[in-house]
Amino acid sequence: MSQAGTVLSFPGRPPEPAPMPSGNGVEIHIRGLGKSFGDKQVLSDLDLHIRPGEFVAVVGHSGCGKSTLLRLIAGLERPSAGGIDVDSAPVAGQVASARIMFQDARLLPWRRVAQNVGIGKRGDWRAAAVAALSQVGLAERADEWPAVLSGGQRQRVALARALISHPRLLLLDEPLGSLDALTRLEMQQLLERVWREQGFTAVLVTHDVGEAVALADRIILLDGGRASLVQTIDHPRPRRRGDAALAEIEGRILARLMQRGGG
Amino acid sequence: MPSPTLEAGDSLFAPRAPAIRARRRGVSLRLRARAGALVPWLLPILLLAAWQLLTQSGLVSTRILPTLSAVAKAGYKLAVSGELFEHMGISFARAMAGLVVGGIIGFALGLANGLSHASARFLDSSLQMIRNVPHLALIPLVILWFGIDESAKLFLVALGVFFPIYQNTYHGVRTVDPGLIEMGRVYGLGRRQLFWQVILPGALPSILVGLRYALGFMWLTLIVAETISASSGIGYLTMNAREFLQTDVVVLGILIYALLGKLADMATAAIERRCLAWHPAFQSKGTA
Repeated sequence: MSQAGTVLSFPGRPPEPAPMPSGNGVEIHIRGLGKSFGDKQVLSDLDLHIRPGEFVAVVGHSGCGKSTLLRLIAGLERPSAGGIDVDSAPVAGQVASARIMFQDARLLPWRRVAQNVGIGKRGDWRAAAVAALSQVGLAERADEWPAVLSGGQRQRVALARALISHPRLLLLDEPLGSLDALTRLEMQQLLERVWREQGFTAVLVTHDVGEAVALADRIILLDGGRASLVQTIDHPRPRRRGDAALAEIEGRILARLMQRGGG
Repeated sequence: MPSPTLEAGDSLFAPRAPAIRARRRGVSLRLRARAGALVPWLLPILLLAAWQLLTQSGLVSTRILPTLSAVAKAGYKLAVSGELFEHMGISFARAMAGLVVGGIIGFALGLANGLSHASARFLDSSLQMIRNVPHLALIPLVILWFGIDESAKLFLVALGVFFPIYQNTYHGVRTVDPGLIEMGRVYGLGRRQLFWQVILPGALPSILVGLRYALGFMWLTLIVAETISASSGIGYLTMNAREFLQTDVVVLGILIYALLGKLADMATAAIERRCLAWHPAFQSKGTA
C-alpha cells in the first residue's frame, strides 16, 4: 500500500499494532481528503489509514493543516473533498467515541476539578471522576478550583476528563505545547502509560519532533496539504530519551522539515 | 574583637528575646488586621468630625449647613415618630420594584441578543439609540404619560436600571471563551447544559458589574423622580423640608441616600463573593 503523495521512507513491512488490549481503538480511513477555507487550500488529496490502537503523530510547520486534520477527524469541521471513515462509518458531525485534548486545558474555571472531569456525565459521575483523576495522580485535588492548579496539572485534569468516558479515539491537539520541558516529559510518559493501558487509537498533533518520535508508532509529516513523509517507528517501549537510533530518526525528520524552509 | 562586652550583654537577653518578639508580632498583626478593617471608615469619620467642628464653631453658618448633632436630632425625632422609616420603606420599595422590572427586561434582552445573532441584529442598534438619550430627559414626557403617580417613578427607575444590565449581560454572553463552548460540545453537553454550565457562569462576572452600575442609576433616578413629583419617600421628605427651611432634614435625607447606596453596594459585593468564588480575584490566599 502506498501512502499519499511522496513517500520517502516506508519500511517494507507495516509493523504489527503495538501490544495492548486489542479491539478497543477505532480504525480510521482517510480518502482523498481536502479542506479549504475560502481560497486557501489547507489539505488536499490526503490518504491515510490508521489501525485500531495505533499511535500516530502528525508534525509539520505551523499552518500546515495539522490541527485542521484533527478537527476533521473529530467531526468539528466538514471536509471540502473526500471523506473520513471511523470504524467504516463516514464521519458526519461529532464522533461520539472521540475525545479531544486541546492546547489549552479548557477547564471550566467555575467548576471544581472533579466536576470538570465529570462534565456531561450522568449517574454516579463523582466516583468515576475521582477514579479518572487518580489515573493521572490528582485524586487529592478533586475539590479544588482549576485556578489554583499549575499548567501541567490542568492538562492532567483535561486528560482525566477525556479518559472518564473511555474514548476509543483520543485526539491530541498539541496538548503539551505550552508546558515546560520537564513537565512535558512527565506528561508524555503519562500519555504513553494510559494509551498502553486502555488501547485507544491516538492521533497527536505536535510541532515537537522529539515528542513525536518518543510516542508514535508512525509519524506523518504534513507539508503543502499532503503527507510528504511517513515514518514508521517500531522501537520498543518505553523509549529511552537520547537513544541513538531514535535521535537519528528525529534528525532525519527535522532535516526534512527544515529543507522546506519557512515557518 | 572590637567590643566583646557588648556581645556578652546581648547574649544575656538573647534566649528570651525571640519569644517576646514573636508574641509582640502576633499582637501587632492582630492589631494591624483590626486597624485595616477600619481604614475605609477613616475618611468618613474625619469628615463628620470636621463638619461638627466647623458648624459648631460658627465658621460655617448653620443656615448653610446645620451641625451634625442637629441632623442627628432631626433624624431621631423623625425616627421616633415613625415618619422616617415610612418614607425609607416607600423609597426602598420603589427602588426594588424598578430594579426588578428593568433588571429582568434588561437581562432577558441581553441574553437573547447575546445568544442569537438574528435577535441582536434586529434589536441592538435600536436599543443603542435609545440608550444614548439621557433617561432623565424623558421626565416631562413621563409626567404627561403617567401623571405623577407611582407608575411614572417605576418607569423611570426601570429605564435607568435597564441599560447597564442589558449592556453587560449582552457583552458577557458574547465574550464567553469560544474554546470553552467548543469543549462543552465535544464533551457531550446539550444546548441547555451548555447554557447553564458554560455560558451563564462565563457571563456572570460581567452581569454582576452591570448590576452594580444599575444600583447606582437606580438611586440616582429615584432621587430625581421623588424630588420632582411625589407625596412620600425620602426625596419628598427633603423637598418638603426645604419649603420650611429645615436644612437639618434636607441633609439627613442626603445622608440616608448615601447610606442606602452603600448598603446596595455591599449587597452586590456579597453576591459577587458568593457567585464568583471560583474567580482568582475572589479566592482567599490560604487555599493555594
